[in-house]
Amino acid sequence: MGDRRTFLLATALFATGIGGAVRAGDAPRVIKVSARRFVFTPNEITVRKGEPVIFELTTEDVFMGFDVPDFNVRSDIVPGKVMRLSLAPDKAGRFTFLCDVFCGEGHETMNGTLVVT
Amino acid sequence: MSIDRRSFLKLAALGGGAVFASSLPGCAAKGSQGDGGDFYFVQLSDAHWGFQGPKVNPDARGTLPKAVAAVNALPVRPDFIVFTGDLTHTTDNPVERRKRMSEFRDIVARLEVRDVHFMPGEHDASLDHGKAFMELFGATHYTFDHKAVHFIVLDNVSDPAARIGEEQLEWLAADLAKQPEEARIVVFTHRPLFDLAPQWDWATRDGAKAVDLLMPFQNVTVFYGHIHQENHHRTGHIAHHSAKSLIFPLPAPLSQPKREPLPWDPEHPYRGLGFREVEAEGAKLSIEELPVERA
Repeated sequence: MGDRRTFLLATALFATGIGGAVRAGDAPRVIKVSARRFVFTPNEITVRKGEPVIFELTTEDVFMGFDVPDFNVRSDIVPGKVMRLSLAPDKAGRFTFLCDVFCGEGHETMNGTLVVT
Repeated sequence: MSIDRRSFLKLAALGGGAVFASSLPGCAAKGSQGDGGDFYFVQLSDAHWGFQGPKVNPDARGTLPKAVAAVNALPVRPDFIVFTGDLTHTTDNPVERRKRMSEFRDIVARLEVRDVHFMPGEHDASLDHGKAFMELFGATHYTFDHKAVHFIVLDNVSDPAARIGEEQLEWLAADLAKQPEEARIVVFTHRPLFDLAPQWDWATRDGAKAVDLLMPFQNVTVFYGHIHQENHHRTGHIAHHSAKSLIFPLPAPLSQPKREPLPWDPEHPYRGLGFREVEAEGAKLSIEELPVERA
């Protein structure tokens, strides 16, 4: 759990632009993800293993979260802001991402799939 | 008392009910804090009053009353009852939320045990930070003592981000500072305090901080709900036990792609639903799972 907290802190710092520079030549691909109650668009995202990406997260209505537990990364999604979350997946497979901020009657179905090839 | 209980368990097992009994390893105290006497309590969880979904529970309005009747029919009355959250099914409508809570409260008022402790689940509290719950049921986190056992109710749902929060953690630390290391401590909460399955939202974001605070104590057991099934886990010497639901069972953690309720089985109605007895016998805790309705 300590490692998870450390990683989350590092992710948060990157998301706010304080740290987490991407190496030259590895310019991350930007993937825009829009949230509204109770769906993510897109709800299936495909990336390559090792590919650095930045999720640009926005919400059309209420405060939400974007959590990819298998990679220990998450971000709040704050109304009116573009939140940036970096990831370079180190394993292939199909992984769940979900809203981890309870946002209403359909919250429990608000999830999607990250496909890492 | 304990002889009566043992007799009852034997009879219950002979009666063919789905009774499960197990002792909780790690709960034995090396030196109990006084002899408060044997007792038992009942844990009910996740009633989700107001839920509608005939494919998973065609008796959604009848299951909670059946559970109340089953508890009232126990041959030995428990010392107290605890509901570990999700008393009601969530609704965006604050008026409907209070209506569901009022109806729930009226139904459980039929319990013949007067000492009943409540806490919210995320369905009750996450959309209004526990406001309606507090109006109808009182505090969302608190402590009480019963026969030399210290009970702590933790709220990990009023924050919609599934955090206990620094303020409550400070309150927990202050409460624990008053307890001797050998204290017998039981924690009630809704979500698991450990990362059972974050992919299914089965976690508390800062639950590890609470576990860290509890870790110096020798005799700690956590009972929670949220996942609609039994699950037994340990973080170090601390045992965590989730309870069945009173509305629909959910699949085993990450056993299938989606966290979807298990369908109702007409051949085995109420299968997977139930409640729990927890017996404190000396320094040992043991649990027995009981069905909502006996076969």
